[in-house]
Amino acid sequence: MPLEHVLGLASLLFALGLTGLMVRRNILFVLMSLEVMLNSAALAFVAAGAHWGQPDGQVVFMLVLTVAAAEVSVGLGLVLQIQRRFHTLDIDDATRLRG
Amino acid sequence: MILALFYVAAAIALLSTAMALSRTNATHALIYLIMSLLSVAVIFFIIGAPFAAALEIVIYAGAIMVLFVFVIMMLNLGEAGQIREREWLKPRSWILPGIFAAALLAELLVLENGLSGTTTGVAVEPKTVGLTLFGPYVLAVELASMLLLAGLVGAYHVGRSFLARDRGVKHQ
Amino acid sequence: MTDLLWLIPALPLASATLLILGSQWLGPRWVATLGVGSVGAAGLCVLFTTLQWQGAPLQQTLWTWIQVGELSAGVSFYVDGLTLVMMSVITGVGFLIHLYSAEFMAGDTSYARYFAYLNLFVAAMLTLVMADNLLLLFFGWEGVGACSYLLVGFWHFDAANGAAARKAFVVTRVGDAAMALGLFLLFREFGTLDIQALSAAANARWEVGNPTAVLATALLLGGAVGKSAQLPLHTWLPDAMAGPTPVSALIHAATMVTAGVYLVARTHELFLLAPPTLTAVAVIGLFTLLLAAFTALCQHDIKRILAWSTISQIGYMFLGLGVGAWSASIFHLMTHAFFKALLFLAAGAVIHCLHHEHDIRNMGGLRSRLPVVFLSFLIGAAALSALPLTSGFFSKDLIVLAAFEAPGIGPWLWAGAVLGAFLTALYSFRLVFVVFFGRANTLPDRQPGPAMATPLSVLCVFSLAGGWLGIPVANVFPAEGEGHPALWVEAVSIGIPLLGLALAYALFLGRRWDASGLVESPLGQAFYRFWHAGWRVDGLYDRLWVKPFLVLTVLLKSEPVDRLYGAVVALCQLCYEGLSRSQSGRLRQYATVMAAGVIVLLGVVWRAAGG
Repeated sequence: MPLEHVLGLASLLFALGLTGLMVRRNILFVLMSLEVMLNSAALAFVAAGAHWGQPDGQVVFMLVLTVAAAEVSVGLGLVLQIQRRFHTLDIDDATRLRG
Repeated sequence: MILALFYVAAAIALLSTAMALSRTNATHALIYLIMSLLSVAVIFFIIGAPFAAALEIVIYAGAIMVLFVFVIMMLNLGEAGQIREREWLKPRSWILPGIFAAALLAELLVLENGLSGTTTGVAVEPKTVGLTLFGPYVLAVELASMLLLAGLVGAYHVGRSFLARDRGVKHQ
Repeated sequence: MTDLLWLIPALPLASATLLILGSQWLGPRWVATLGVGSVGAAGLCVLFTTLQWQGAPLQQTLWTWIQVGELSAGVSFYVDGLTLVMMSVITGVGFLIHLYSAEFMAGDTSYARYFAYLNLFVAAMLTLVMADNLLLLFFGWEGVGACSYLLVGFWHFDAANGAAARKAFVVTRVGDAAMALGLFLLFREFGTLDIQALSAAANARWEVGNPTAVLATALLLGGAVGKSAQLPLHTWLPDAMAGPTPVSALIHAATMVTAGVYLVARTHELFLLAPPTLTAVAVIGLFTLLLAAFTALCQHDIKRILAWSTISQIGYMFLGLGVGAWSASIFHLMTHAFFKALLFLAAGAVIHCLHHEHDIRNMGGLRSRLPVVFLSFLIGAAALSALPLTSGFFSKDLIVLAAFEAPGIGPWLWAGAVLGAFLTALYSFRLVFVVFFGRANTLPDRQPGPAMATPLSVLCVFSLAGGWLGIPVANVFPAEGEGHPALWVEAVSIGIPLLGLALAYALFLGRRWDASGLVESPLGQAFYRFWHAGWRVDGLYDRLWVKPFLVLTVLLKSEPVDRLYGAVVALCQLCYEGLSRSQSGRLRQYATVMAAGVIVLLGVVWRAAGG
């Protein structure tokens, strides 16, 4: 199938994930958006690898997978903490970083 | 035939992702997200990456999403959470992110426009992937393992006091 | 014998070091023994050196001090007749003054500090005169300046003394800056600072009147003028009297202030190549001696009178140098060291016995009460006035006659010098008559002890008979003209001091002629105040330099230049506040901004790719 279409799919997924990231206030949905974006990037890698018939795309996919796993485990831990401290999941309430 | 399968899978992926990110119920969103991941796995299989497809199902849809399920269960948001989500998700708030995402998408598509070529569809065997992984990419594997270890330690540390409180142990 | 030269400055230096380090543990007796003994021992070394001296210059190089590029300066000594005269004065008079100080300063809380400074001064002064290169000379030069500062401000608990010390330091520093420039110029021209090599090279390279020679010697003269308190840098010396009286005797009469004379004499071969500078030396000397003599006439503080008289006498030395009477100037330097040290020590004894009374109007009738001091003061005043057969007579007469012989302006110089001699006799005997004759106003409560009386007696002998001493400088200086001026010139030169003495007698003792009417008249009062204020030079400098500087400080107090940097800071502050407002802490906003950035970046990439 055309490489262009696979990459287009990846771009669409990425744009969707970005939209979710910018729109959602619930941290859980923010994390899900991040997963979507990571997954779309991984799709682009695998597609490129498949185009050349090389295993490197899948190798990078595995690395993306580890990044996603680590990120989700820490991120969900943070979700629990935020719920405990602020009694909300609204990311706009956690503004301690304000300069 | 296979081409048609690809487009169907792509459509399902897009649709379920859109659904997942616009739900008010976190559990429903998660199911949609898993669906999206599964359809991406189908695409992986079609374009000749069976190992990636398997990992997508086992680790992404299987392990990571289960983590989400656990956390949603622990938070126990229920009906009140959905009402709050509805308040937050006003149509107005979609405008600016929508424009930005559309602009980015347009740029990406324009940049990809010049590319021609197809994926072969010939599978790259897991054995080849494994040899490559432990050949030229061995350092990356080591780094990934360190990252996972750090994620493990970090998640334990961050989540510990929450767990401790739930067990009724006084935490400093 | 040459090998022991280094001992001469090393002994006082070692003593000073010991006194500084051990001031906490040494008792006053040990301090006095060490302080006086070290200078005495150095004096013995000088005496041995003099006795064994064959007439050829002695040289000793201890080590190479600085070697950078072409510049090579050693800690090395060069001792010829001129140096021997200076060394004898420094250690001889210095020893007597140290001995005197042992009693004068007894009971002072900083006894050890005093002797440490004084010994350090002697070491620095010996380094100055023994140096064989101008750099080491400059080192000693600054060393004595530092010691002068320390000793003028010795009683630093009184703020006025500190101010006097600072003034002395700053004013002489003006001259020293000129001198340093002169050294740079000489080094650039000849690549060496060794005095003998410099003289030879200058004679070989420069014809008489070379502009560079004039400039270099003028700069050296600037240093000499500052150190020797000549016009226009003389204002520090009267204020320097804030120090203890023996310090005034040693530093501000006998040795340090004559360093300028020594410098000019030491580099006379350079000055001979620059006749304009020599003329300037003579004219500066003349004006200084007249200005200081007039001022001395109108002072009331016994030490200030002597200070102005010192300035005046050094003016004579400069006059002598300027007209080429080198040996006469050095001779006057030596005799002046004797009689001015004697006068200061006697004045110190008066002050000591009268409870720190400085004003001569409160003294009087001390002749019978302090006979030793009276005799000393009388002899000192006679020598200062150059009464016939005293030491000052021989030396001053030589200078005055040499001034007459000078080509061109000679008679004018002579007339000025004679007028100065008349004034000198007048103010000297005014001092004697007012302090020691007449009605007793304040009674002394003690007599000078042996440690004070002995130096006075010895200096009396030298002040009287010092004129018969020969100084071994014939090989150092070029032969001077043996011209004999007309008999009337000699007669006037000899007779004028006697006239001054007679007038002083008539005015202040005999009361045969009451000049109060003249003094009280408006014009007389105006002159009196003008002279009393030292011709208002201090006021002039205050207007010319101090006030503008203070105005400048007021203007700069708000630091206008810093405003520029303040603006930079304010700009940074503004940027910081603007950017910190963007730090809202809202992660979604951050993500949106990042997305915008990515959009822009991709746009740039697209443009760059030729899209």
